[in-house]
Amino acid sequence: MFQRYSAFSLFQQGLRSHRGWTSAWRTPLPKSTYDVIIIGGGGHGLATAYYLARNHGITNVAVIEKNWLGGGNTGRNTTVVRSNYFYPESVDLYELSVKLYEKLSRDINFNVMFSQRGMIVTAHSEPEMEMAARQVNAMRINGTDAELLDEAQFRKKVPIFNFRPDARFPVHGAILQKRGGTARHDAVAWAYARAADSAGVDIIQNCEVEDFIVENGKCVGVNTKLGEIRAGAVGVAAAGHSSDLLQKVDITLPLNSYTLQAFVSEPLKPVIDTVVYCPLTGAYVSQSDKGGLVIGGGLDRVPSYGQRGNLPMQEAVMSGLIEMVPLLSKVKLLRQWGGTVDVSPDSSPILGPTGMEGLYLNCGWGTGGFKAIPAGGYLFASILATGGHHDISKPFDLGRFITGKLIDEAAGAGIAH
Amino acid sequence: MQIFICPFCGPRDEREFHFEREAGKIRPDTTKLVSDIGWSDYLNEQRNTKGAVREVWSHLPCHELFVMERNSLTMDVIYSTSRRGPVT
Repeated sequence: MFQRYSAFSLFQQGLRSHRGWTSAWRTPLPKSTYDVIIIGGGGHGLATAYYLARNHGITNVAVIEKNWLGGGNTGRNTTVVRSNYFYPESVDLYELSVKLYEKLSRDINFNVMFSQRGMIVTAHSEPEMEMAARQVNAMRINGTDAELLDEAQFRKKVPIFNFRPDARFPVHGAILQKRGGTARHDAVAWAYARAADSAGVDIIQNCEVEDFIVENGKCVGVNTKLGEIRAGAVGVAAAGHSSDLLQKVDITLPLNSYTLQAFVSEPLKPVIDTVVYCPLTGAYVSQSDKGGLVIGGGLDRVPSYGQRGNLPMQEAVMSGLIEMVPLLSKVKLLRQWGGTVDVSPDSSPILGPTGMEGLYLNCGWGTGGFKAIPAGGYLFASILATGGHHDISKPFDLGRFITGKLIDEAAGAGIAH
Repeated sequence: MQIFICPFCGPRDEREFHFEREAGKIRPDTTKLVSDIGWSDYLNEQRNTKGAVREVWSHLPCHELFVMERNSLTMDVIYSTSRRGPVT
């Protein structure tokens, strides 16, 4: 049933009024046993299944999702992809992701609309410009691209920004990562789902995991709404719900779940062709191909699993946006939503073993999981296939919270994520 | 805006409040040797419960520290207890 997508197949289907398209993946019932079970059918879970098949030849795999594919944070983010981090460990991780994104559409024959339109972080004083230079240098030394823009260069890139003399935060310059940008979020989930399914992976939707099966201290499967499913290894890629799941086997995680909101405006003519983030207002904006402004900001300050946002943060993000780009003040919002993100003490992800044999973790991506989908999947597949760490995932082991070797990007890069 | 209850000032706008931590965590006894895991449990581990939670919040204008019981899924606010006096 695997159909190769191409300009020719689109033309051919056009001649048949698009009646010949088949489903992109199957809807199988779960088997009783798999080599690997992945809990969570978002971007990370689906990418993990794909890379298990492609890189490790493990195709007897099930992805178990309690709702529908990509219906959690994968479908609720602001689609930004970047690797503008400070520490070498983080750049290695997110740079792997950007590199995989660069080839993804071609690799898995699905247009994820990855658009390297650039990621810009503004600086608003001379001391901030010095910190921006330090950030640019760190990024370059760590092996990714970065440029320091002065005010004139920034003005040329983002002419709609607030350059008025009475601006609350006058711009002095900015950091540009040219290879950063946006991708179509749903397409990333669908692309990995289709590629994994065609390799033989079972994607089982609407199947909530109720409990883990533990025998002699080893996790050997899960109990679900559709019955018992056993596996050699179980991987949890459940983002904001990781703590709630692992509490079933008495494992506590260093995570807090918060709501992160995002907003889309009514469609406009093109006004901005890059992603701009202003650390002082905490807001950022880009424009989708449909013309809607995609707007994001910081976390709601109330721990929550509610998947909806509160009003104070909406007000903070909107007033931040208007300060950044006053001419948008009359634009109307079309939609607003919230996702449950899992924030770790150092704002870096957690990858690796849980301490219980047979049970592995991919969580803690906080507000920046979407950009990391290919790398998260790539590394988690390696961890599940070998039972040990990949070189890039090793620093992100759960053990860092005991040794104290944190990767504190909130302090390092000064970027919300 | 959601209304939270300060035990000292009464019902107030959520923007006046600050989440401090989960309630019921006991600082390790530093008169004895505390293991790395002991510190990590205290500093990093979170119950992060989905549903009924007990948390320490502060009301910024009056500096009251108190325990708030609420539901982290429905966002219902259930009860606030002052920390003046013994709290378990």
